[in-house]
Amino acid sequence: MSRARDRLPAVLVLVPSVVAVGVFVYGFIGWTAYVSLSGWTTFIPDLSFVGRRNYVELFQTFRFQADLRNTVVFTLTFLAACLVLGFLLAVLLDQRVRGEALFRNVFLFPMSISFIVTGVVWQWLLNPSTGINLLLEHVGLGVLRSPWYTEPRIAIFSVVLAATWQLSGFTMAMYLAGLRGIPEELLEAARVDGASEWALYRYVVVPLLAPITLSAVIVLGHISLKIFDLVFAMTGSGPAFSTDVPGVFMFETTFRGNRFAEGAAIAIVMLLLVAVLIVPYLWSTTRQEART
Amino acid sequence: MPVYVLVVNGLKSFREVSLSRMWALPADLSFDSFAAAYARLRPNVLNSVRLVVPATVLAAVVGSLNGYVLAHWKFRGADLLFPLLLFGMFIPYQSVLIPLVQFLQWAGQTLGVQLYGTIGGLVLVHVVYGIPITTLIFRNYYATIPADLVEAARIDGAGFAGIYRHVVLPLSAPAFVVVAIWEFTAVWNEFLFAVTITSHPARQPVTVALQNLAGSQIVEWNVQMAGALLAALPTLLVYIFLGRFFLRGLLAGALKG
Repeated sequence: MSRARDRLPAVLVLVPSVVAVGVFVYGFIGWTAYVSLSGWTTFIPDLSFVGRRNYVELFQTFRFQADLRNTVVFTLTFLAACLVLGFLLAVLLDQRVRGEALFRNVFLFPMSISFIVTGVVWQWLLNPSTGINLLLEHVGLGVLRSPWYTEPRIAIFSVVLAATWQLSGFTMAMYLAGLRGIPEELLEAARVDGASEWALYRYVVVPLLAPITLSAVIVLGHISLKIFDLVFAMTGSGPAFSTDVPGVFMFETTFRGNRFAEGAAIAIVMLLLVAVLIVPYLWSTTRQEART
Repeated sequence: MPVYVLVVNGLKSFREVSLSRMWALPADLSFDSFAAAYARLRPNVLNSVRLVVPATVLAAVVGSLNGYVLAHWKFRGADLLFPLLLFGMFIPYQSVLIPLVQFLQWAGQTLGVQLYGTIGGLVLVHVVYGIPITTLIFRNYYATIPADLVEAARIDGAGFAGIYRHVVLPLSAPAFVVVAIWEFTAVWNEFLFAVTITSHPARQPVTVALQNLAGSQIVEWNVQMAGALLAALPTLLVYIFLGRFFLRGLLAGALKG
């Protein structure tokens, strides 16, 4: 192992990063938590302690209740859509189709784009009087017209559609990497045993890809829980807050309304939502690494 | 079916951007709207360049050094430190935004370093919050360098810096490419920090300028579309030419190596 005189530079190299992350992540989270318990509701900082009041009021507002509902609906539908679509695309591409590289790139390229661009483009694509509706008219499918994000009951799904467009390719890439890792002999053996293709995927492939599914859920889930820019660019809060999410609410409350304490409380709730998803995952992967 | 829909939509939203009318093909190719968008967004594109280059370089260098230490210089507490570092990758940045703005303003008032509202301030922010992911990618990559190789260099009398310079760094090119692409894409596309920290239109990166452009009622939509294409172009080009690395970086970030 290492010599003592080299231990010092090794630790010294890490110190700036540890301090920076310590302050900017953990220190700032602590400060935000403190602000969320304060009476800072104007432009002038006011750090008088008011306790739970901001949280109690927050959970009583119609807008925040709508946000939480929207987050749950958005996360579940977005995850399901990405996983199903990503898996199907991966399976199709895994059949060694011609032009596979081209398809892979086409599906992946939305990944490299800003959520702002996606939001701007989809806002226009789903504009009820133009965009896709107009295209449907053109090809004689006018019956399929949809009000998209102007109708409160389905508005959130318009955003899910855009988010899925952006990230299902990424999900596909993950599954494809997993599929390539499954030994061919294993599948052959199952086929020899008379397993149908359907059974093969159902009982062999899907369970084998479970770790990939978990990773995808973690990545997509945390993106979805803190989603902000896509919604902000595409629909904003939507009709009757139907597409509002905590990220948008926090931003507007804090930086447009100067209600800092309330904004901090929203941020802390967001952090807790993400932590519930991430902490067990980090903990288990660290435990696994420690064992190896 | 979903494949078809996805391809069509994927290509559609971009083919239409260059169209002067909705679904109809352009009667004659014109770059007018593109030129108009470029004229408007040019300062912001330059801001984004001035933001992305230093942020990417710094985050990559810091990540490389951290990754080297974590992979080859075991010390007590590393097992605890690493997940604590990684957690910083996942947090909603809303949860640090208020203190961050206060800190940047404070730095301007008492230290005389203008960070709030400047590209320099944004660079700092992106470097700090980029440390977890760049450290992760480098650490996972350096973990694949055989310990025997490092040990042999030690026996030859190389120290901490010597091993890094002569053994680790020469092998680092692929990891640097992956991290550089990752950071470039992430910082170029980022919106929340950008919109919160830079309020002056002349100082804003392109994502914020595009959002403002799209929100304005007076700008023709074809110019907005051209602007969207313009904002997406650099990362798209990087992606087209270096897509393999991009994907590898994604998977490294998502699947832990």
